Amino acid sequence: MKRRKSKKKAARKYAGKRKAKAKQIAADTAPKEESKRELKISAIGEGTVIDHIPTDATFKVVEILDLENHNGVISIATNLQSKRIGKKGIVKVGGKGLTQEEVNKIAIVAPEATVNIIKNYDVKEKIKVNVPDVIDNVVKCSNPVCITNNEQVATKFYVVKKDPLKIKCHYCERSMGKEDIEII
Amino acid sequence: MDFKNRDIISINDFSKEEILHILKAVRQMEQKPKNNLLKGRILAALFFEPSTRTRLSFTSAMEQLSGTVIGFSAANTTSIQKGESLWDTIKMTEQYADVIVIRHPLEGSARLAAEAANVPVINGGDGSNQHPTQTMLDLYTIQKTKGRLENLHIGFVGDLKYGRTVHSLVIALSNFNPTFYFIAPDDLQMPESYLDELYQKKVKYHKTSDLGRFSKELDVLYVTRIQKERFPDPLEYEKFKGIYRIDEAFLQNIKKDLKIMHPLPRVDEIDKSIDSTEHAAYFEQAANGIPVRKALLALVLGKLT
Repeated sequence: MKRRKSKKKAARKYAGKRKAKAKQIAADTAPKEESKRELKISAIGEGTVIDHIPTDATFKVVEILDLENHNGVISIATNLQSKRIGKKGIVKVGGKGLTQEEVNKIAIVAPEATVNIIKNYDVKEKIKVNVPDVIDNVVKCSNPVCITNNEQVATKFYVVKKDPLKIKCHYCERSMGKEDIEII
Repeated sequence: MDFKNRDIISINDFSKEEILHILKAVRQMEQKPKNNLLKGRILAALFFEPSTRTRLSFTSAMEQLSGTVIGFSAANTTSIQKGESLWDTIKMTEQYADVIVIRHPLEGSARLAAEAANVPVINGGDGSNQHPTQTMLDLYTIQKTKGRLENLHIGFVGDLKYGRTVHSLVIALSNFNPTFYFIAPDDLQMPESYLDELYQKKVKYHKTSDLGRFSKELDVLYVTRIQKERFPDPLEYEKFKGIYRIDEAFLQNIKKDLKIMHPLPRVDEIDKSIDSTEHAAYFEQAANGIPVRKALLALVLGKLT
């Protein structure tokens, strides 16, 4: 009788331990998830965050900013869910501000992007990029027989339509859509 | 309206009023030729690729106005072969001439030449992009033979996909409330970008591959050659070669005063029997190249306002 009681007690004790262990596991996993999420959007102290980049343009932004040769911290995330543009990319660059020319270049591949200037972990300024009316020496003309592909000439394009982007070469007058755009 | 020192690069650079002003100057030049108007002036004709009509008519126009022509008619006789850039060639040429005419195989070359030069530059054709003096003479021919440019029903037949003259003329005519009829097989139809532009400008147009379908509607029929050199595959060319033919049978079902135009050279698109009919306007069209080029030279040199 005594033995049976103690068996029940032991079983209860074991169940309790199991629950506690499960709780512990849950607790252990939660911070890990949290840190993964944190890693994805880890904050930078000083620098620039480019958000709302269309997923397929994320690496074009990396290329435009020549981040391969940047020495500061760089975080690149892509295929993130976005309410505004469906799937998006984010690029965070520590210790780097953007020139107007760089912002204009980004606007061409990511017209919906926002550029956040970060100072001391805070968003100091939020800039909505704007496709300029004239694009000087940023885009390569897709027409192989355009003079700009055969002589040393700075390219120049007029923006015909902003959404979807359509630009026209100042020299050969050929129109190009977003899919033909190659950054110099 | 002052055209002194103005470059003539693309028909897109000209407003309706400017086009009409130029056509008025052409009429003036044709009716009252002033033979010494460009005496002492030098035209540099830089032809980096072969051309017959454009080069000869510019030369003739300049000489009829007592001007002088220098230049070349093939790039292989120049410093280009030594690797000289177009920019440098133009910078050098402007020291020797008052006005430059350039024909070059690369698109946008005339625009670059105009940026390099301090003297006016006239585009004599830059690849398959623009040939504005051809467009002006086409407009002048229509205005002269039909008495107006407004509200005309104009058909274009042949290679509408690659035809530079068709593209520029369509854009220029869209200022004058036209109705267009684009007659071509699907593979050679007007590019979508031009149709988009017409749609935005609310210009009426019809597309068909059947030459006879709208023949009774037309005031003007602009015929173009199927350009053999555009087809990478000779078999493709064979498929379209001779697809449209303007002959006496076609004349049975047209307006009495239809005018037929062609930028020439023709192959077999227009039967020779049409030449002697009152519908043929293509030789007159070619002849109009002279007063048009005379007027443009005089305008950009400030000798005509």
